[in-house]
Amino acid sequence: MDIVVRNVTKRYGPQKAIDNISFTVHTGEVLGFLGPNGAGKTTTMKAITCFISPDEGDIAVGGYSSRENPEAIRDNIGYLPETNPLYPEMPVIDYLWFIAELHRIPHDEIPSRILQMVKTCGLEGEKHKKIGELSKGYKQRVGLAQALIHDPAVLILDEPTSGLDPNQIVEIRELIRKIGREKTVILCSHILAEVEATCDRIVIIHKGKIVADGTAPDLRKRAQGREILRVAAEGPDAQALSDALLQLPSVALVDPAHHIPGAFEIQSVDGQSSKRQIFDMCVKNGWYLSELTPIETKLEDIFRELTRSN
Amino acid sequence: MNQIWIIAKRELRSFFDSLIAYILIVLFLGFSGLFTWLIGNSVFYVNQASMQVFFGVSFWSLFLFIPALTMRSIAEENRSGTIELLLTKPVTDWQLVTGKFLSVFLLIAISLALTLPYYLTLWKLGPVDHGAVWTGYLGLLLMSAVYASIGIFASSISQNQIVAFLLSLLIGIFFHMIFGALAATSTGFTGKVLSYLSMQTHFDSVSRGVIDSKDIVYFLSLVFLGLAGAEIAVAKRNIVEK
Repeated sequence: MDIVVRNVTKRYGPQKAIDNISFTVHTGEVLGFLGPNGAGKTTTMKAITCFISPDEGDIAVGGYSSRENPEAIRDNIGYLPETNPLYPEMPVIDYLWFIAELHRIPHDEIPSRILQMVKTCGLEGEKHKKIGELSKGYKQRVGLAQALIHDPAVLILDEPTSGLDPNQIVEIRELIRKIGREKTVILCSHILAEVEATCDRIVIIHKGKIVADGTAPDLRKRAQGREILRVAAEGPDAQALSDALLQLPSVALVDPAHHIPGAFEIQSVDGQSSKRQIFDMCVKNGWYLSELTPIETKLEDIFRELTRSN
Repeated sequence: MNQIWIIAKRELRSFFDSLIAYILIVLFLGFSGLFTWLIGNSVFYVNQASMQVFFGVSFWSLFLFIPALTMRSIAEENRSGTIELLLTKPVTDWQLVTGKFLSVFLLIAISLALTLPYYLTLWKLGPVDHGAVWTGYLGLLLMSAVYASIGIFASSISQNQIVAFLLSLLIGIFFHMIFGALAATSTGFTGKVLSYLSMQTHFDSVSRGVIDSKDIVYFLSLVFLGLAGAEIAVAKRNIVEK
């Protein structure tokens, strides 16, 4: 089921929580939804899950409009809200039973579905405990279990791995990737490494507007523009190396590298690569090139650049 | 209907799991039993095999207890955020509100059913007007439905249970006492309107065995108003960020 968000605006009073955003998520795709606090991520998720209705624009999930057919959408969505709200007084099994009933799973299938969820989410030891007695990580697993219990075609997860231990995080990421092969998944996260590891595509939202939409390499290419290399050589002193680098026509900028004495970070002129020229220059001077490393812009840097408040 | 029942079932279970239900039943039976059988204008003092004493006591005790049952229902969902969970499942706002209402109403009905031994005891003691007993119970049920729906409404507009409790008592006291008291001192059209609004008028007429459509309309329209108000308050999440 595809999710199509078209020109959606949502206001709370005079403030626009989301401002005319559009994007599409296809079946078999895991979309990472990024943004600083208060950017409108959660509002967008609430609108897609039909918890709130947008003031303008329309959201369609699998062809159903959120205005005309919210129930059909809710039937097909598994949602883990950011705060992971649960009923603390309910035992895990009873809670999952309740959610399964609300999703109209036939009664004879409920026990097997619950068992499967307990296994998938690693709740074997805790299934008879009350939810309020569980640790944060286990509560998070219960939240995941309730989102997955009806085998939804669309899965929306707001910070799914918060509170989990590293092993569980890896398991859950693998689970999300596995689910993402056949289903439509939106993953909200602050953890950029997680988004990069799990998602096929990334949307970055800032102040209610989409500021970037593409795969991680796409975003890198766009944000980077210039080639950045770290260069170190044995033979010359730092000053000589720096001067020699600056004289190369393809080098635009030379900076001493952080924390590595004697090494430099250079930026090439737009659209050019300096690798060959640096190598030739070292050969000519009889220096031993000890490092020539392309530096990738980190997703963090892209994120910060795009979402810096101005 | 099915979704309403699933929600009501969960609420009912939570009443019993959290002891609220047992405490309510003990309090209600203790309170009404004490005044019906032992203290004040008790059955033995009146010296009639009549349930009127019990209905009079319940008229007040239910008025006080129902807000304590309803105060949690939606306010707690608002506070903990579980409302977001429920309303992103295939559940409409109206189903949520009526499910909550139904659970409270059923708990009251269970409490009232537990007072049936009073009726059986009186039957042994002397001649009982059976019709009046059943219409008396009907009156209590209808009144409970009204206060439950007012309580659900009060609970829906707040995240704070105490606010919800006090607000439902505040709204309730108008129907329970104030309109009646004002009607007694007013005349003409105003007096008639106030008297129509008073719970006592309709409760008395139903429990006296007269089931008039005027009374049924009164009870049902108040129940509907309370639930519709609660539905509007729940839908308000679209305007105000919670």
